[in-house]
Amino acid sequence: MATTTASETYPADYVEPVRRTLLPERWYIHAALWVICLIVGFPLFYAVLVATQNNSNVYAYQFLPGDQFENNWNIVMNLANLGNYMLNSIFITVLVTAGKTILSLLAGLAFVYFRFPGKWIVFGFVLVTLMMPTEILVIALFRFVNSIGWGNNYLALIVPFIASATGAFLFRQHFANIPAELSEAAQLDGANPLTFLIRVLIPMSMNTIGALVVIQFVYVWNMYLWPALIIQGQERQVVQVGLRTLVGADVGISFGPLMLGAVIASLPPVIIFVLLQKQFMSGFALGRDK
Amino acid sequence: MTAQAPLLIHVIAALIGAVYLAWRFQRIQVSPALGGMIGAAAGAVGSAIFMLPLNYCTFESERSLIDAVFGVLLIGIGMALVVLPVDALIRSVVMRRRNPNMGGTAQAGAFKGWLLPIVFLAPTLIVLTLFLYYPSLDTFRLSTLLARLGARRTLFVCVDNFTSLVSDGDYLNSFVITIFISAAIVVLGLALALGIALLAYQPIKGARIYRTLLIWPYAISPVVAGVIFLLLFNPTGGIVNYALDNVFGIKIGWLNDPTAAPWAVIIASVWKSLGYNILFYIAGLQNVSKDIREAASIDGANVAQRFFSVVLPLLSPITFFLVITNMTYAFFETFGTIDYLTGGGPLNSTSTLMYNIYEVGITNNDLGKAAAQSIVLFALVIGLTVVQFRTSGNRVNYGA
Repeated sequence: MATTTASETYPADYVEPVRRTLLPERWYIHAALWVICLIVGFPLFYAVLVATQNNSNVYAYQFLPGDQFENNWNIVMNLANLGNYMLNSIFITVLVTAGKTILSLLAGLAFVYFRFPGKWIVFGFVLVTLMMPTEILVIALFRFVNSIGWGNNYLALIVPFIASATGAFLFRQHFANIPAELSEAAQLDGANPLTFLIRVLIPMSMNTIGALVVIQFVYVWNMYLWPALIIQGQERQVVQVGLRTLVGADVGISFGPLMLGAVIASLPPVIIFVLLQKQFMSGFALGRDK
Repeated sequence: MTAQAPLLIHVIAALIGAVYLAWRFQRIQVSPALGGMIGAAAGAVGSAIFMLPLNYCTFESERSLIDAVFGVLLIGIGMALVVLPVDALIRSVVMRRRNPNMGGTAQAGAFKGWLLPIVFLAPTLIVLTLFLYYPSLDTFRLSTLLARLGARRTLFVCVDNFTSLVSDGDYLNSFVITIFISAAIVVLGLALALGIALLAYQPIKGARIYRTLLIWPYAISPVVAGVIFLLLFNPTGGIVNYALDNVFGIKIGWLNDPTAAPWAVIIASVWKSLGYNILFYIAGLQNVSKDIREAASIDGANVAQRFFSVVLPLLSPITFFLVITNMTYAFFETFGTIDYLTGGGPLNSTSTLMYNIYEVGITNNDLGKAAAQSIVLFALVIGLTVVQFRTSGNRVNYGA
């Protein structure tokens, strides 16, 4: 619609305003995009290839799948015990992602649909934490978590990360854009805030929830420094740290098992990302509208 | 140090605060005398927030000049932390009094009750207080101590952990490396992402497939990026050198040459964060695509002119956001990549500030020094964000 109005002011000899983008659609755009996709994909593609090879295949630059997959799988799963690390990572990531989403929804609900004294101070208190990266606190956090006896415990990987300023902020922005008539109508029907949240707000927030789930899942799955510090031993360790066992300190690296481990460790976040890609993108687009 | 010295510090600070706020109040036509009084209180409180816990130790006679200068710096920062928010708060109150319509909050449709919101917010607030605010404050306390893990006793060392950094070769080396690696990641990462996004944002056939194929590295972890590039850059069997050798006849010591190793980290990090940057640039380009289309009709403007005079300014809010997030990524998240790819080496050439904190705090078990370095790194992030905001924030086009 806006394009039509604009084109009316153009000179009469000006045609096809829609087709004239910054770069017109030509075959070379497709060619360039394919080349770029291949370059971006190459490191992972090559890692998948090497996951089926042994070191002598790698040193011979053999660009075909090798026959070492079964052997590599045995090393990764039985010797390095990667399955155990994967289960730990899945357990922690699912709990933290679910907890963060629920707590952020509740915080957004409280900030938008309630009046209470000191609301702006509380909001500021939450918002300021956006600027405090955990990495900087890691030394003090390490002392504190050890002092309450959570060292080497799953709780140390879950509880400190279960609150999210990003999520609270995202839902607050999203809820503030939802017309007030909806909550007025819900109150007339006698709905309590939680019913309103579950029946009305959540179904209207699927894109934002999807975006938040992707961000948090990837963030928690990829945590490295904190679990490496606070978890000793292998039993409760996460996969990002567990990959260490495949690097091998003195014997030199066996690339096949290492790449197989890296590919396995990347599957869950990549799958979540691809599945929720649509929600992720439109959730972001929504956030950017304002 | 004489007994009057602390008093003198606060009197001077109060005077500076009084003059500043009196001047600010006059500009918004509020009584300067009131501003002077509030400013004096704010200045006195601000100058005390670091000095009182430190017990004015930076100005003791046996301390060096660097310590005293650092003390003055701390007083200045403390004053800014109190005076500037007070100024902003009062201005917003005055403005709201003058136009009561401003800042009308969307309170329509609010539920009744004050207990319920507290219950909803309680878990978030408790977790943030215990695991974010408390460790933050504790980091400040730790930074003035000589503390070791497992040792019960600690020793107060004033600001030694900070001022000793000035003459710490390893630390200064880390500082330069961090700036270099971060700048390269930001510049290369954003330039590549924008170029690719310009191709991929348009409504062409198969656009969704291209986007998925471009964005997925976002989900890869910094650790896995390090592991994969360990294979690609390896001195024996690394495919990058195999290709370079066959095409150009050169071999680069990616992991054992101190001048090349930072580039190995940069390339791995740019690859890993490319998807995220492309995603935001595509979203940004789609938001402004109408303006770009209209710009295409500017007479006689070629593609390059249109790009620099129209597209780039329209994208400035996204670029601003991405500079901050990429910088934060380069400072903190590259740790996983570096730990697997180079281990900070060779010859400390990839030992960034974050890596150095880990080495000092965990490997050498000097918690106080690591805490001090954490605070400097935090100040650096905040400082660069503010500078970014000041320099590009004003020119940023928010009209989109």
